[in-house]
Amino acid sequence: MTEKTLIEGIREALDEEMARDASIFITGEDVGPRGGVFRATIGLFAKYGPSRIIDSPLAESSIVAIGIGAAMNGMRPVCEIQFADFIHPAYNQIVNEAARMYYRTGGACPVPMVIRTPYGGGIGGGLYHSQSIEATFAHVPGLKVAVPSNPYDAKGLLKSAIRDDNPVLFLEPKKGYRLIKGEIPEGDYTVPLGAAKVTREGADITVYAYGIMHFYCQQAADEVAKDGVGVELVDLRTLNPLDTNTVLESFKKTGKALIVYEDNRFLGYGAEIAALLADEAFHYMDAPIRRLTGPDVPAVPYSHALQDWFMPNPQKIAEAMRKLAAY
Amino acid sequence: MGTNVVMPQLGESVVEGKISKWLKRVGEPVKLYEPILEVETDKVTTEVTAAGEGTLLNLYFDEGEVVQAGTLIAFIGAPGEAAPSNGGVVEAQAAPAARHEQAAATARAAPAPSPAAQRVSPVVARIAAEYNVEVSHVRGTGEGGRVTKKDILAYVERNSAGSPLPVAEGTKVGELAPWEQPGLGELFRPTEEVFGGPASTAVPAAAPTPTALPGETVTLSSMRKSIAEHMLRSKHTSPHVTTVFEVDLSRVVAHRGANKAVFERDGANLTFTPYFVAATVAALKKHPMVNSSWSEAGVVLHRQVNVGVAVSLGDEGLIVPVIKNADAMNLLGLARAVNDLADRARRKALKPDDVQGGTFTITNHGTSGSLFATPIINQPQCGILGVGMIQKRVVVVTQDGADSIAIKPMVFVGLTFDHRILDGNSADGFMATLKQALESWVV
Repeated sequence: MTEKTLIEGIREALDEEMARDASIFITGEDVGPRGGVFRATIGLFAKYGPSRIIDSPLAESSIVAIGIGAAMNGMRPVCEIQFADFIHPAYNQIVNEAARMYYRTGGACPVPMVIRTPYGGGIGGGLYHSQSIEATFAHVPGLKVAVPSNPYDAKGLLKSAIRDDNPVLFLEPKKGYRLIKGEIPEGDYTVPLGAAKVTREGADITVYAYGIMHFYCQQAADEVAKDGVGVELVDLRTLNPLDTNTVLESFKKTGKALIVYEDNRFLGYGAEIAALLADEAFHYMDAPIRRLTGPDVPAVPYSHALQDWFMPNPQKIAEAMRKLAAY
Repeated sequence: MGTNVVMPQLGESVVEGKISKWLKRVGEPVKLYEPILEVETDKVTTEVTAAGEGTLLNLYFDEGEVVQAGTLIAFIGAPGEAAPSNGGVVEAQAAPAARHEQAAATARAAPAPSPAAQRVSPVVARIAAEYNVEVSHVRGTGEGGRVTKKDILAYVERNSAGSPLPVAEGTKVGELAPWEQPGLGELFRPTEEVFGGPASTAVPAAAPTPTALPGETVTLSSMRKSIAEHMLRSKHTSPHVTTVFEVDLSRVVAHRGANKAVFERDGANLTFTPYFVAATVAALKKHPMVNSSWSEAGVVLHRQVNVGVAVSLGDEGLIVPVIKNADAMNLLGLARAVNDLADRARRKALKPDDVQGGTFTITNHGTSGSLFATPIINQPQCGILGVGMIQKRVVVVTQDGADSIAIKPMVFVGLTFDHRILDGNSADGFMATLKQALESWVV
């Protein structure tokens, strides 16, 4: 097997699924001949044509709304929001319509659609191209939220998302698109939604992460292993529904938890993990539950020095790991 | 042996005190609770008194020195006795005097435990409780000397040697005050020596040795079949109701303590069982409806009082030999009868006649640690008495109108009865008599 990038995993999933199921189509800004700003859909327009790879107007609410309508009528749309920062105009469509349609219609109208969007900072993108939006959307019942951290999961999770009958928000760590490489087996496979994975076993602390932060945590875990700190790393992979069993089992083993996310700290996704552990594994707790997060400032700054200050990185994570292990 | 004088902690946030004045000099005699020095903090000035008497052998600090709370500052002992050469942190300020000697010898040079070292995380607290470990005995390697989960697990492993409930260093059962031991003392071994039960009722009974592997079927012994048949029939025959009384055994315990040796000379091992048999007999005499059997023609009141005593045979099952005409025996006779029947039951030397003719049954489920139970009636009898584990419990005693708290050997005794024959009121009348007989035992 050859090493592939995370974005190649996404493109392969889209390609294979579209070949498999004619009800799947892609719509979004510049997804057609241009292949998307990150080139996730490159080559697909030539292969599947303008009726299945549809360039949309620069209007996110309509991209999602078109997807909802199509999904209610038997199609399986994959909508691309060019940057997660631009998803907010579609908030009403996603939260009020897509997520609740099945419930509102008493189970008559499932909305089998995927909304793909690149998220996260560290790419010099500044305010409008760096946001993490997972906490806002993972909060919404009826909407599944998945975040791959490597090429294998990117392909397998996206396939599961496309085949799922619920609306799935598929968050792609854009900094990892070409930074994170890994093997992708030939042929069809899926990674189930709602299943976290212990990606590294260790006895001293448990670290929970997803997306690019999981990638950084692997590097940090390698680093602190030199000092004898055993890190158990849990890749959450799906934020909603959360695999509480895997989350709790690992914590019961180590008794110490660090949750890493680059979103703002306050009410970030890690707060839910912390609450879960405190609630259901109190008697296994051997240290305060720690979070390493982005700061509570309005945006990821454009200035590279300030961006570095904002972003958790392997050095900051390693330091937090050491401190927690020593507690 | 001597007494440490330790700098007290004078307030929650206060960590040290200044020795403002020594009220005693080295070599002076000191009486219990006599002031030895004055201590000054930024909150209060107070006197420190002696926790023991003797001669003041050493003062470790001069007036005006500021000393951390918990530090050994003076030593009281017998004249000529060697005093510790210098002061140091002793341990928790409120520790009893007897603990100080041991601690002073070992912990003099140890640093004061930091607040972090005294904090216990939930998982450490849980493991400490599970394995009966004193957290302060565990060396902490965490932040500020905190005891981590790893520390306590390593400690448990070092000290357990594979035992599921290891006892921590320095807390051997024998060193605990009697009231901290759950019914373990010599006085509180009711009938296990008779019935061959575990030596300590506080230790859970060992898991039964499997005679077949999982997935296989265990062949039924004739005893197992007979028990099964009888139990099922009894449940189908009598509507069972159980009433439970709590009985103070102080007088019985005292009587047994005073007479055990006497009985031994007469060749009888005096357990608690004869007392319960005797009290049952007295109650049966007063409440003949309990010594009866149901029949369609009417309730048959038995002329004889034949009391069966259930004897556990381990995994094999149980058997109920009967003390015939128990109402004709005094305590010595009952003790001998109980000894004899139990012994022959264990040796499988009972004759058929020994297990027949019972009019009432007693079962000592307390020997395996049970507090109270709802046994099944031995048909065609009217009732069965279940005796729980004897435990020292804190009870409120009212004397001359004043309430006080006392530690007393208590037991739950339950009567399971045939509701066709008795009602709750009549059953409780029987139990009240039984309780009265046990509680008013003439020592």
